Amino acid sequence: MTDATVTTIAPARPAAPVTPAQGYWGGVAKRLRRDPLTLICLGVILAIVLAAVFAPLISPADPYKTSMMARLKPVGTPGHFLGTDELGRDMLARLIYGGRISLFTGVTPVVLATLIGGVLGLAAGFFGGLVNTTIMRTMDVFYAFPSVLLAVAISGALGAGLLNVLIALTVVFIPPICRIAESVTTQARAEDYVEAARATGAATWRIITVHVLPNVMGPVFIYASSLISVSIVIASGLSFLGLGVSPPQADWGLMLNTLRQSIYIAPGQAVIPGIMIFITSMCFNLMSDGLRGAMDVKE
Amino acid sequence: MILYVIRRLLLAIPIAIGVTIVCFSLIHLAPGDPLSTVLPDNATPEVVEEIRAAYGFDKPLPVQYLVWLGNVVSGDFGLSIQSRRPVLGDIVPAVQNTMILAFAAVLIGFPFGTILGAIAGYSQGSLTDKVVTAISITGVSVPHYWLGMVLVVIFAVNMGALPAMGMGPGGQSDFALNWAHLRHLLLPAITLSVIPAGIIARSVRATIADVRKKDFVSTLRAKGLSPAWVFLHVAKNAAPVVLAVCGLQFAQLLGGSILVETVFSWPGTGFLMNSAIFTRDLPVLQGTILVLSLFFVVINLLVDVLQTVFDPRIRRG
Amino acid sequence: MTDTLSLAPKTSPRTLPVDDRGGPRQPMLIVEDLKKHFPIKTGGAFGGLRTSVKAVDGVNFTVAKRETLGVVGESGCGKSTMARLLSHLITPDTGSIIFDGEKVGASGGISVRDLRRQMQMVFQDSYSSLNPRLPIVDSIAFGPKANGVKGSVARARAEEILGLVGLNPRQFARRYPHQLSGGQRQRVNIARALAMEPRLVVLDEAVSALDKSVEAQVLNLLARLKEQFELTYIFISHDLNVVQYISDRVLVMYLGQVVEIGEVDELYARPSHPYTEALLSSRPSMDPARRRTEPPLAGDPPNPVNLPSGCRFRTRCALAEEVCAKVAPVLTPLPDSPTHPVACHARQPGAGHSLSPAA
Repeated sequence: MTDATVTTIAPARPAAPVTPAQGYWGGVAKRLRRDPLTLICLGVILAIVLAAVFAPLISPADPYKTSMMARLKPVGTPGHFLGTDELGRDMLARLIYGGRISLFTGVTPVVLATLIGGVLGLAAGFFGGLVNTTIMRTMDVFYAFPSVLLAVAISGALGAGLLNVLIALTVVFIPPICRIAESVTTQARAEDYVEAARATGAATWRIITVHVLPNVMGPVFIYASSLISVSIVIASGLSFLGLGVSPPQADWGLMLNTLRQSIYIAPGQAVIPGIMIFITSMCFNLMSDGLRGAMDVKE
Repeated sequence: MILYVIRRLLLAIPIAIGVTIVCFSLIHLAPGDPLSTVLPDNATPEVVEEIRAAYGFDKPLPVQYLVWLGNVVSGDFGLSIQSRRPVLGDIVPAVQNTMILAFAAVLIGFPFGTILGAIAGYSQGSLTDKVVTAISITGVSVPHYWLGMVLVVIFAVNMGALPAMGMGPGGQSDFALNWAHLRHLLLPAITLSVIPAGIIARSVRATIADVRKKDFVSTLRAKGLSPAWVFLHVAKNAAPVVLAVCGLQFAQLLGGSILVETVFSWPGTGFLMNSAIFTRDLPVLQGTILVLSLFFVVINLLVDVLQTVFDPRIRRG
Repeated sequence: MTDTLSLAPKTSPRTLPVDDRGGPRQPMLIVEDLKKHFPIKTGGAFGGLRTSVKAVDGVNFTVAKRETLGVVGESGCGKSTMARLLSHLITPDTGSIIFDGEKVGASGGISVRDLRRQMQMVFQDSYSSLNPRLPIVDSIAFGPKANGVKGSVARARAEEILGLVGLNPRQFARRYPHQLSGGQRQRVNIARALAMEPRLVVLDEAVSALDKSVEAQVLNLLARLKEQFELTYIFISHDLNVVQYISDRVLVMYLGQVVEIGEVDELYARPSHPYTEALLSSRPSMDPARRRTEPPLAGDPPNPVNLPSGCRFRTRCALAEEVCAKVAPVLTPLPDSPTHPVACHARQPGAGHSLSPAA
């Protein structure tokens, strides 16, 4: 029998420099650092999030303090940097506080839907057969509704309220995420490395966590990140329809709704909250594109 | 081919049934007794039971569903709680008005999106491409209800050029092909077209760029085919994808119009649903959603079938 | 039992206990009447018309311990399905697999899980066989870890095995699959199979995607590892030269069935089934005088959904006669060579073919 050590490549020449294997996520981070647009968007989002979190600390005024004397003051009014709303409340303060609910109702449903839809899609893709049929045909039914319509239908039937908006949007986003997770899982399952893992007699959960999940997470994550922008727009839209939080609470969509009555008197003021929705949604969209670019590499 | 179409049709049936189940469940999702909205405040228990039986609410849910489904199939969507008239009478004109708005948005948004996308896909990496990409990403990110308000501020409030709301002069809600009506249509249609235009531009760009990378395009170019002919070949190969995206976007317009209709007080389905939600008129809400989502199913079906005409490879699937 | 396989005996103790139960004379593998038909929909408005592709249709063969059995055939003949059936990656419809005297999946036999530990596979696509998200050392260590070997032990073994397949662990262990060449990746796949300390390795077109020079290196590696670890190989390939080089015996498959089995030298010198003959003569000859211009095999194999009656090869066979359409030939040893069975009427005494040898 040959001696094992003989067959090992003997390091005759000085050991070759060990290539630093940075792995997948290392590569993603590196590519992201070279993408200024994505970094800027990330910065803007971070700023909006921080402002919302630390609203009581940085807000220039009490967002609920009304003033009949100072209604609908324009941008640049002394003491009110962005003017005031229809009840004389400080616009900037309300935007900062409003970000709390708007961001929360925008991001939470996507996170919940990614968890639920991801697990469902993974199960459907990995187990196939009846499990797949049951899950995916149910998803098809929910897919058969235009997304805004489904959101309005559910939150309309449940009635106005923050929780109902969250439920409605989560239900809207589960099917698309589930579909992506299912198709990526089905693909991954057909790869020879999963077959090879099965050939070792490994337990199913082990194959899923080591070989399937890491390869499914990337595409699902990219897709989910692209939904945040949509989610923020629809969540604010529901709020704009009056289905979200109730006054006097601040929320960008609700602010648009109440200020709409004053569109002829103070058109400039009426559209300000929408700018925040727009910027946030745009930044999430661009960031998602940047992520896709950084993660979707053919290796 | 025919067989495929039939099979596709049959596959749509369970989906449609699922849709009706979801719509039926909406009423039961609503908090509280669905009866509470119809009952007078001082109703005696006997009256409550009587009305409950009259609405069929005393039967088990599956039976209620079947009864409801039977009524719906025969065109009976129930009575509006608000107006006490048949729901269908409210839905039909609303659907018509939404269709008018959606078609107008299609006419504006689809060519715009397709052309922009094609130009960008053909000049990948250039400044034009970057500009188009910026436009399309703005289109998909913008809250369209807000964009509607901005357009109102610019064209109605500041310029006074176009009306801010309604469907026709004097608040009438009949449509006619004349300038008096078209100017009412312009702002909401543009607003509604922005998102689909952005999405279409994006996917056309990606598809064209993709097709142009294929080997057969290089072969055509190497053969000395004129750029116009090469473009035709590219376009033909991109067509099925573009068609699918357009179909899906048209279907989404039906649902997406609810917010725009609210901004412009356009008397369509969105407007109807909005008022139904706040008067808790669940039969109207349910009926409208059912009609719209069945439309959605049918449009998706048509897109699928049309796609096979363009791309025979799909038929096998 | 001192002659049982023991992996790298001097460097580390076995991590997964396995013993040679049947002794050297017990075949490693006995396959009896193995069948797998894949149901397919062939249309109808309801998708209701069903039929099946007979991917593997009644296959019998044995593999002796420490031999290499080559399996050849055109693409689509069921070679790869058979490979997956052997390790129960696909469940067979019927038939039995007896691994070292123990029936797979039967009560009192060997469990599928234990079978898989002792029977490993190497696939054709070296890239798709490795998880792109795992450093290769973790891919190799996965199997042992999943079978209860401690993480640190499994990784140390994985590095050791990397060395055995000719990849310096210090340089390669932490690399990802995309940082390796095709040949290197295939070495990793071999290492991954070896890490399970298998007794039988199924190589499914394992060298087919490699450059010729790399192919030769990997073949030599396989030959050496076989000696070192006393392995048994089932070597599936469409490349007749490679099969001739590495195999002790060769099995020829056509449309899901075995048409001929024989010792490699005899089969290559005296191909007896018309299909084997055609395959062998389709090899390009180095001698210009012996080059042929007419194609040895006319046409494509028939649609596996609609198989010809009787002998499946008759539609392309120069010797086809009436009897071939009526009766399906059975694998029967040649009269003068008991270790060389062939499924052809023209070679069997009394089969009713004009060329049948006298009984």
